[in-house]
Amino acid sequence: MNRCLTVLSTGPLTTVQDAGRPGQGALGIGRSGACDRAAAALANRLVGNDPDAAVLEATLGGLALRAGADLLVATTGARCPGSPAHNAPHRLAAGAELRLGLPATGLRTYLAVRGGIAVEPVLGSRATDLLSGLGPPALSAGDVLPVGEATGPLPGVDLAPVPDPAGGEVTVRLLPGPRADWFAEDAAAVLTGTGWTVTGESNRIGLRLDGPPLERVRTGELASEGMVRGALQVPPSGLPVLFLADAPVTGGYPVIGYVDDADVDRCGQLCPGQTVRFRGAG
Amino acid sequence: MRVLPSGSSALLVEVDDLDEVLGLYAALTEEPIDGVVDVVPAARTVLLVVDRARTTLGAVAQAVRETRPRPDRAGHGDRVELPVVYDGADLADVADHLGVEPEEVVRRHTGTEWTVAFCGFAPGFGYCTPDGEPWHVPRRESPRTRVPAGAVALAGEFAGVYPRESPGGWQLIGRTDVAVFDLAREPAALLRPGVRVRFVEAG
Repeated sequence: MNRCLTVLSTGPLTTVQDAGRPGQGALGIGRSGACDRAAAALANRLVGNDPDAAVLEATLGGLALRAGADLLVATTGARCPGSPAHNAPHRLAAGAELRLGLPATGLRTYLAVRGGIAVEPVLGSRATDLLSGLGPPALSAGDVLPVGEATGPLPGVDLAPVPDPAGGEVTVRLLPGPRADWFAEDAAAVLTGTGWTVTGESNRIGLRLDGPPLERVRTGELASEGMVRGALQVPPSGLPVLFLADAPVTGGYPVIGYVDDADVDRCGQLCPGQTVRFRGAG
Repeated sequence: MRVLPSGSSALLVEVDDLDEVLGLYAALTEEPIDGVVDVVPAARTVLLVVDRARTTLGAVAQAVRETRPRPDRAGHGDRVELPVVYDGADLADVADHLGVEPEEVVRRHTGTEWTVAFCGFAPGFGYCTPDGEPWHVPRRESPRTRVPAGAVALAGEFAGVYPRESPGGWQLIGRTDVAVFDLAREPAALLRPGVRVRFVEAG
């Protein structure tokens, strides 16, 4: 028996993700990793893996797999019809198939397998970074993914009671960014007073938001500076980009604010057409 | 030094010039602040990424304010020599801009030591700053869609080497066979912040 998973179909995009490549920003290497870190860690815990083990991140469902051996799997994040194992461990028998349908809410579904996805790591991580091109390529039908040996003990958990990602309007906490003073006085009020629409040009790098353009009062060029996920960067269009897992290490447009890191996972579950609101802290 | 907010898990430290960036980065890597998990230098700033399970933003802000930037850029870092064939498509334009002959551009480029100030744009793309007088070379008015790996280029106050084929707006003055970013090598990035670089004319 081969401890592997054969990819039958990938949906719009499925990548391998883990906790990414932290601590290498000085080399121009972004962190990357799962867009919804908590969901990926939960999937791992449900099958007794280290929380940072490599999982599959499916975007809008569509992922189909066949088990090459008896494997223990779990899905978390966006709940897809067809997953027998959402927020719960499930034994996938050798030869059995798992097919994720379209989630009703949420964008990204994580599939963990006991032992972890054991593709070759690159610079300490198996994560696919779509911006820098580091890590394994996005999955294709026909790929055979090696599965590692189980190490940790199995948890005695049947079901993790976590809520599904929300549809419709989502509110997240907004914290100060380094360049708020580059914007008009009312920009902060516009930012927090608007329901911003997530556009279809969004991806793992960031959410492109549509709404009233934020007015800059300082013109001129900003020297590129470091940033992390959650940054709300405002390009010349005035429409903010909310950076996610594959954010660039540095950016040359002013960052007006940051989404609280604890809320960025939820932003990684927003679908095009959904609305995000920013609530100032205090 | 100004410590600017960057959300719940980072601080952006703004300083006066590139030398202070280099000195602060050197100080923060030689004597790391507890709980800081990434230090990202850039042209006028150093970003500190903080593990809030180990420390607070306030404690890190205080520690960085008490950090004295190292004064001497030449005293740190590995040394790298890059052989360059100076046949870049923009060498003549750069010479025109500087009001000198192309040979003089080569003489100046090889005649000074450079220090990698920071990385960005792509993994392993080091922004190199010269000892002595800074250069000022404008970017190309229209970026190229394809710049080959190993292209040696200038833009603004910096020199750089493209680590892989990519689009790019820098002025190309030559090329090197040395892989500045190689995943099979440890460390993969040759041009890391603080590394001293000398460009030499390949025979």
